[in-house]
Amino acid sequence: MRAPDYRTPEIGIDGAAHQGKLFRQWETAPGLKGFFTTVDHKVIGLRYIVTAFIFLALGGVEALVMRMQLAGPNLALLTPDEYNQLFSTHGMTMIFLYASPILSGFSNYLWPLLLGSRDMAFPRLNALSYWIYLASGLFLYAGFLTGNGPNDGWFNYVPNASKAFNPGLNQDFYALGMVFLGISVTVGAANFIVTAFRTRAPGMSINRLPILVWGTLTASVANLVVVPAVSLAFFMLWMDRQFGTHFFDAAGGGQALLWQHLFWIFGHPWVYAIVLPAMGMVSDGLPVFCRRPLVGYSVVALSTVATMILGFGVWVHHMFATGLPGLGLAFFSGASIAITLPSAVAVFAWIATIWHGRPVITTAFLFFSSMILLFVIGGVSGFMTASVPVDWQLTDTYFVVAHLHYVLIGINVFPVVGAMYFWFPKMSGRFLDEKLGRWNFWTMFLGFNLAFLPMHLTGLLGMPRRVYTYNDYPGWATLNLLTSVGSFIFALGVLLFFVNVVKSLRVGAKAGANPWDAPTLEWSVPSPPPPYNFGVIPTVASRHPLWESRLEENGVLSSMDRGMLLDSGKETIATTALDAQPDMILEMPEDSYAPVILTAGMSVLFVGLLLKNWITVAVGAVIVAGGILAWLWPSRALREREPAVEAAHG
Amino acid sequence: MNTSPLGYLNAAGTYAHHILPLTWYTLVVSIGVCVVISVLLWMAIARNRVARDVETRDVPVERGGNGLRWISVGLCISAVPLGVALVWTMFVLAAVASPPKQPALILDVTARQWWWDVRYNGDQPSDVFETANEIHIPVGQPVLIRLHAADVIHSFWVPKLSGKTDVIPGQTNQSWMQADAPGRFLGQCSEFCGYQHAHMQFEVVAQTPEDFAAWRASQLQPAPDPVTAEAKRGLDLMETRCGLCHEVRGTRAGAVSGPDLTHLMSRRTIAAGQFDNNTGNLAGWIEVSQAMKPGSLMPNQQLSGQQISDELAYLETLQ
Repeated sequence: MRAPDYRTPEIGIDGAAHQGKLFRQWETAPGLKGFFTTVDHKVIGLRYIVTAFIFLALGGVEALVMRMQLAGPNLALLTPDEYNQLFSTHGMTMIFLYASPILSGFSNYLWPLLLGSRDMAFPRLNALSYWIYLASGLFLYAGFLTGNGPNDGWFNYVPNASKAFNPGLNQDFYALGMVFLGISVTVGAANFIVTAFRTRAPGMSINRLPILVWGTLTASVANLVVVPAVSLAFFMLWMDRQFGTHFFDAAGGGQALLWQHLFWIFGHPWVYAIVLPAMGMVSDGLPVFCRRPLVGYSVVALSTVATMILGFGVWVHHMFATGLPGLGLAFFSGASIAITLPSAVAVFAWIATIWHGRPVITTAFLFFSSMILLFVIGGVSGFMTASVPVDWQLTDTYFVVAHLHYVLIGINVFPVVGAMYFWFPKMSGRFLDEKLGRWNFWTMFLGFNLAFLPMHLTGLLGMPRRVYTYNDYPGWATLNLLTSVGSFIFALGVLLFFVNVVKSLRVGAKAGANPWDAPTLEWSVPSPPPPYNFGVIPTVASRHPLWESRLEENGVLSSMDRGMLLDSGKETIATTALDAQPDMILEMPEDSYAPVILTAGMSVLFVGLLLKNWITVAVGAVIVAGGILAWLWPSRALREREPAVEAAHG
Repeated sequence: MNTSPLGYLNAAGTYAHHILPLTWYTLVVSIGVCVVISVLLWMAIARNRVARDVETRDVPVERGGNGLRWISVGLCISAVPLGVALVWTMFVLAAVASPPKQPALILDVTARQWWWDVRYNGDQPSDVFETANEIHIPVGQPVLIRLHAADVIHSFWVPKLSGKTDVIPGQTNQSWMQADAPGRFLGQCSEFCGYQHAHMQFEVVAQTPEDFAAWRASQLQPAPDPVTAEAKRGLDLMETRCGLCHEVRGTRAGAVSGPDLTHLMSRRTIAAGQFDNNTGNLAGWIEVSQAMKPGSLMPNQQLSGQQISDELAYLETLQ
């Protein structure tokens, strides 16, 4: 064992020789080896983004098939079973395999760059969370493609999901796949939390975090708390189905309603987890195109946290009609109405930012600013469902379908596409095409509203959700046809977006390090950033390091070119949780096969569980154990057995 | 809009009347908020936007106005309609959440994949009878409905009369309704319940107390003995085949897993509201139910032509 060393990081000026040294330390091996072993957060982030967009496209195609079936009354394009699997798979795909991973992707890519760090706190855990996401997504889709997709909605209520009413493998695929995916979300969340609190650039105190970081941080804390509830619920469901336990079986002393509590105590916070980071994208992106800082940074950051805290107390609004006592309903109704207020803070902050700024109408601005309106529409319809008696009419009609699509498309897809227009130059070094961008925006915006605005009325006219066909009641046919036409126009818009990405990757106009003249740290490095992100660790003196000279914040300027060199190995700096004082040198892990081996082992294990083939389970368990052993094998380079390095400041 | 049979922007019963003004209030507030925000957003963009051909990076960065008043004023204004909604919600909740203490009628409704079993209770066992997918109630009187689930979760909903109440295995939820005037009101299962969730409807028939009493008395009658030879053969079939699942009171067909058929012909629809109750549909339903309602628990019977006409002749007598 080496003697503890109290090394003070060398301070120096960034330079070509220094960067060359860093490059050799940080670059990923070429070829297949690098493909399977890389722990670079940027590569992992892009993989998340690409995979999530593929799932978005799949979920979108499923939606279009359903919209063909629903284009007119009493159509018979699909059998009831096909329709039920499609709407369930669509929900599963969009909520679990697109909406959350896409935000993880952006956060993975952006966080270290926003925070002035060279990687996430746990790079190998980061790789693991991606591989498990991919493997569990393939697992879930293997069910769908073999005709065993989920068929009881993404919410999966028992007893319809129990073996008596659902004898096929459908629910086993779904239950095990969700437990599998839960591992990815959990390790990812832990990584984000530690990264936010420990790997910020010196000087980036907690009140200088970009709002995107606040959003993902808040969402990650929530995920860490609530994902165990749903993983447990799905595990219990699988036990009920395969081993005759009676957790949810009323005849055996269980409770059907227990599932709903466990599911929604997860499900509602999850909704905030898949919108808060996207709201953060708008809070960070919109001001760049308004040429001024965000209005009300502190209240927006606090309202992000407040939304999540209140968000833990609203899950019963999914269960208003289940016969719970009135007093309980009143509490959850009050909380659900009150949660409107922190959301309103963000809306007024965004409008004030535009009002007091000088908006430049770029495609990214169009997506971000239109999101404000879509957010409000999704918000007020949510407010309506928060009122218990009103909800007794609205719930389980198409009104709620309209509401949730305004929330998920309006507050997730629109900001995400806007974020692509905004950050694509950073990721690729090229702009997305602005002219195609306008077509992209207007087809998406008009198509979306044509599809989903009339759907509120479809709901008010009483059309129930999750029906594979419907009768020709007055008004329904016209409204549904509008929705079907709108959904195809919206899909065309999304297609234009994909076309723009593919085209611009090859022929897009070149973008420099800071093509928008934006204020945050990611724009201080080249586009695309080098593997080590920052040649020297920046020292941050304000919320807008690259705008300081013009905003005259406090006279002290951030330092980009001069700082800690940290080039005696794969190193970055750890700082204190609140004030971001330098605390210790972090030795970052090399690329490793362990995450992908661990994932392969888990995949074998879960396939074994699905087939109840215990030999396969045992093989999977051995591979998992081997992967963990390889992962945890003490490595001298990481100094995993040695005490912390003394603070570098002073 | 008022003609849509499941629409709830008009009400025909006490419970729904309590909710409707609150629905309109929240709807109008919501539309108002959307309009105001749209206008503000439009003005915010229009008042200072830079010319089309100017690049983002060429526009200087300035702190501009403080803007915090937007948030404080905005929050204060928003809190008012929210507060009103909250208080109003509590009042309506108190008014409709508890079923009436002195109901004129107590019904036990059992939701099944994919139909509704309705049991009328009475003081005497001889006053008790069952029917299916059609609930008759007297107007102007509160009716208590106890909800039971035979298999999976369903939800009981008659939009013009009352909001949804889920029907959950292992617990007995309650709903209630009180119709203003005679009429027919459509009900629909509104919790996903599997294959034929889409076709799980029922009808509430509100009648004057006199008509209701007459209907009830007629429903209490057992099925009459068949007269014609055809109908007699039909009864045979009923007892030997249909009777494995269905009941016709007064005959040996006494099973309870399908709808009670004693007064089948008094009902307007078959297959939980999916088809009009007429000879053609009945014949089709008996022969090829799986084509008409895939996945339904009613099997195809594959009767001969003779058997079908016998069976229909018998069913015609079940008025």
